[in-house]
Amino acid sequence: MAIDYNISEYDVVRDPQRCIACRVCERQCANEVHWFDAETGKMRSDESKCVDCHRCVSLCPTHALKIVKNPDTFRLNGQWDNAAIGEVFRQAETGGMLLSSMGNPKNYPIYWDKMLINASQVTNPSIDPLREPMETRTFLGKKPDRLERGADGALRTDNLPPQLELEVPIMFSAMSYGSISYNAHESLARAATELGTYYNTGEGGLHEDFYSYGPHTIVQVASGRFGVHQKFLEAGAAIEIKIGQGAKPGIGGHLPGAKISADVSRTRMIPQGSDAISPAPHHDIYSIEDLRQLVYSLKEATNYKKPIIVKIAAVHNVAAIASGIARSGADIIAIDGFRGGTGAAPTRIRDNVGIPIELALASVDERLRQEKIRSNVSLVVGGSIRNSADVVKAIALGADAVYIGTAALLALGCHLCRTCQNGKCNWGIATQRPDLVKRLNPDIGYKRLVNLVSAWQHEIMEMMGGMGINSIEALRGNRLMLRGIGLNEKELEILGIKHAGE
Amino acid sequence: MQYEGQTRIPSGCAISGIFSRSGEKFNGEDIIRSITPMHDRSNGLGGGFAAYGIYPKQKDLYAFHVFYDSVRAKEECEHIISSSFDLNVAEKIPTRRIPEITDEPSIWRYFGLPYRKQLDDTGLDEREFVSRFVMKVNTEVRGAYVFSSGKNMGVFKAVGFPEDVGRFYRLEDYEGYCWTAHGRYPTNTPGWWGGAHPFALLDYSVVHNGEISSYDANRRFIEMFGYSCTLLTDTEAITYIIDYLNRRQGLSLNEVADVVAAPFWSQIEAMPEEKRRYYTYLRNIYSSLLITGPFSILVGYTGGMMALNDRCKLRSMVVGEHGDTVYVASEECAIRTIQPNLDRLWSPRGGEPVIVTLNKGVTP
Amino acid sequence: MKRVYVNEKWCLGCHLCEYNCAFANSGKNDMVDALKDVTIHPRIQVEGDNDVSFAVSCRHCEDPICVKSCIAGALSIKDGVIHCDQEKCVGCFTCVLVCPYGAVMPAPDGHVIQKCELCTNNSSGEPACVKGCPNGAIVFEER
Repeated sequence: MAIDYNISEYDVVRDPQRCIACRVCERQCANEVHWFDAETGKMRSDESKCVDCHRCVSLCPTHALKIVKNPDTFRLNGQWDNAAIGEVFRQAETGGMLLSSMGNPKNYPIYWDKMLINASQVTNPSIDPLREPMETRTFLGKKPDRLERGADGALRTDNLPPQLELEVPIMFSAMSYGSISYNAHESLARAATELGTYYNTGEGGLHEDFYSYGPHTIVQVASGRFGVHQKFLEAGAAIEIKIGQGAKPGIGGHLPGAKISADVSRTRMIPQGSDAISPAPHHDIYSIEDLRQLVYSLKEATNYKKPIIVKIAAVHNVAAIASGIARSGADIIAIDGFRGGTGAAPTRIRDNVGIPIELALASVDERLRQEKIRSNVSLVVGGSIRNSADVVKAIALGADAVYIGTAALLALGCHLCRTCQNGKCNWGIATQRPDLVKRLNPDIGYKRLVNLVSAWQHEIMEMMGGMGINSIEALRGNRLMLRGIGLNEKELEILGIKHAGE
Repeated sequence: MQYEGQTRIPSGCAISGIFSRSGEKFNGEDIIRSITPMHDRSNGLGGGFAAYGIYPKQKDLYAFHVFYDSVRAKEECEHIISSSFDLNVAEKIPTRRIPEITDEPSIWRYFGLPYRKQLDDTGLDEREFVSRFVMKVNTEVRGAYVFSSGKNMGVFKAVGFPEDVGRFYRLEDYEGYCWTAHGRYPTNTPGWWGGAHPFALLDYSVVHNGEISSYDANRRFIEMFGYSCTLLTDTEAITYIIDYLNRRQGLSLNEVADVVAAPFWSQIEAMPEEKRRYYTYLRNIYSSLLITGPFSILVGYTGGMMALNDRCKLRSMVVGEHGDTVYVASEECAIRTIQPNLDRLWSPRGGEPVIVTLNKGVTP
Repeated sequence: MKRVYVNEKWCLGCHLCEYNCAFANSGKNDMVDALKDVTIHPRIQVEGDNDVSFAVSCRHCEDPICVKSCIAGALSIKDGVIHCDQEKCVGCFTCVLVCPYGAVMPAPDGHVIQKCELCTNNSSGEPACVKGCPNGAIVFEER
């Protein structure tokens, strides 16, 4: 109906002076925006299909293409912007929930950008990481309360609960095979192995080809239990129980049957073409004592050799929840902030549920210390880490390590068009279509991930050196190294930092 | 202007220590002479001494040295102390009035032991009981500050240059087998008597030169175990770390050094299997107690003294030996002034502790 | 010797290599000037469909049948690279017929032949198809 005509968000602008009609854009667009008009010998386009993924722009050999915001607009209104009006039209037409993907794009405060990092001057020398050792190795896992000595009085070193050893405190967060492609998984697995860190299977099982990367794999057990079996649990270096995800706290997952290819079906252990639906809660966890049972079931199943991670979304009561988890036998708590990405989530949930990871992290770390149980667990945070400065700030607030998802996908080519739910990812990441999957060559992908994390590691070292710190553990929870800028008293209190100038 | 305890104060410093392994006692004049040539390393905003073996007549009693800002603080503190401790002596610490030292608080000392029954009721061991008492006074009684709480040892400190502080406290009247001294160069404070070094808890005393960059990571970890870092100084945090690791976790001082000034991973990887496991284990478990940034510290305790540099050796520290006496100081001149003829003089490597103890059979 | 190799697993069939080849051999500085409103005659050509595609160019055979078949002495091997001297070429196209890969083709003017010379005869410096491949499907390496 004419009433439903939605203004396309973007315009495809083609410079006729530059276009040589090579048709690369046409061949590369899975959304079929471009076509060649044989009569005129010119390229044409239908911008209403464009998702602004920039695949055509990036590959155009003469840089003839530009995607710009469409100036066509409804009558300007501070309250009812184009998106708000358009969404009402779409729902009036379809009667359905709105779906979107990747992280919350709304203009909420970014606390990372309201914290500044310290450096040494005069009273304390800064350290040059090119000349002095600068250590980023860290261990995740429960630490024993007290030491034991053998009969000869020597310290016993064999009583340590299972640990993860990270050469750099950055891990790749959970993204399932199914939500992302085989080649994306291969890139993550190889990069994690080369970097001495870990990637995470997400709730999609582990493809048989990737068992060899097991020592650098975190295997996930989520509410749908997809792909979970004995060999899977034993394959990983750690097991993550996913309770919630920052992009969609409180709800389950839904991978459409169209994405359940033969390979994905085998890995997930579900019939080909059937929808993979993860329930909102774990139906065997209705309370904290149930979580403890699952934690210990998994420990029993793997002979107490793997640390157990419990991943939750950052929600209002996160500190109390984390305190419960820290007493549940879990070795590591992962917290995902409200900006965390996803392959698909209801738009209203993605944009309105949960809290910023910075505040969640600060309050969880402080709460665990007040309860004297901070050493029971390690803290991993994710859901908006964009660069090495964010990592430094997260660690100074109290995190042991961070998870990166969106940044890792960007390194693989993602241009954050936020339409993963369509399964037509032009960059070969969030798709199972073989012709699209092959666009991500893991030889290139893994190298780019290694480059990204190595670059961040160098920057982290440089910032640590500036602070006069030569080991990452001396940065952890070192909140005096942070100052707030433009924050109110309450925010400073929650973050546990002083204001710049204080 | 914010005072000590309200804001964190980095400071540079001078340290010196003398230890007689044979247990021979000597008065405070040597240590004052030793710290004097390092005058320029302090700025008059803090000096102090710790001495071991100085109270032989009350050697089995805890000696509490306390600063009071007001009569009310004294009454309140004495109420707490006398309800928990069977006190033998309560007296003003003798001082000498000199123009260089001004604005002194009221300075008292008490000798006593916890009441048996109270101790049994709490179920704590005696030292833990005393340590909690000190924490309680220092955090809860405004204007009172317990700055020394060990047996047969004492801390003497003030705002001023160390050589003046020594004369002020009449250190020539005390005899000990171990003395440490400190001259302070705080960077942004009017100076407070409690903030001067040594910093002490039970019989551990620490003098420290440096500014640790790991401070807040260390502080927030150690505060989980009942310590409260009220002064916001590095030395206070270091003292609690040593107390926690040595007294409460049962690590030897060598092991303590392996935690706070741990070797680099690159060094650990080159070690034989067993050592590698040992260091990896300690660095993993006590990762939050690694101290980074420059420091040289002298830790005094009953019957011994440990000198330790940060693992990069970002602060100067030399050690000298003459017969049974060991000297440690920020600068060689501090040692040569009192003992020109040394058998040995060396500069310990970063992270390598020098621990000296009384010879076998010598009782402190 | 370093040669151009193609891995069909990563070839996307985007045909960028053809345009990069045509541009590199155009003698112009700007791709738009070189290729706008022009039918290109690249020395590398993508074969296949949307599922499997593969770029084909001269393999620089060790015992090249094209060189043997040349009646004018225009084809020769220099450091392993098969060159064509277009001054000598008489346009008999015997080489076009004998090449088992279809990698030798008539030049646009129809009078002489052209073939891939690994960009040694233009200003690209390294093979332009390799440099411009977006997915690492074409590589230039020693095997």
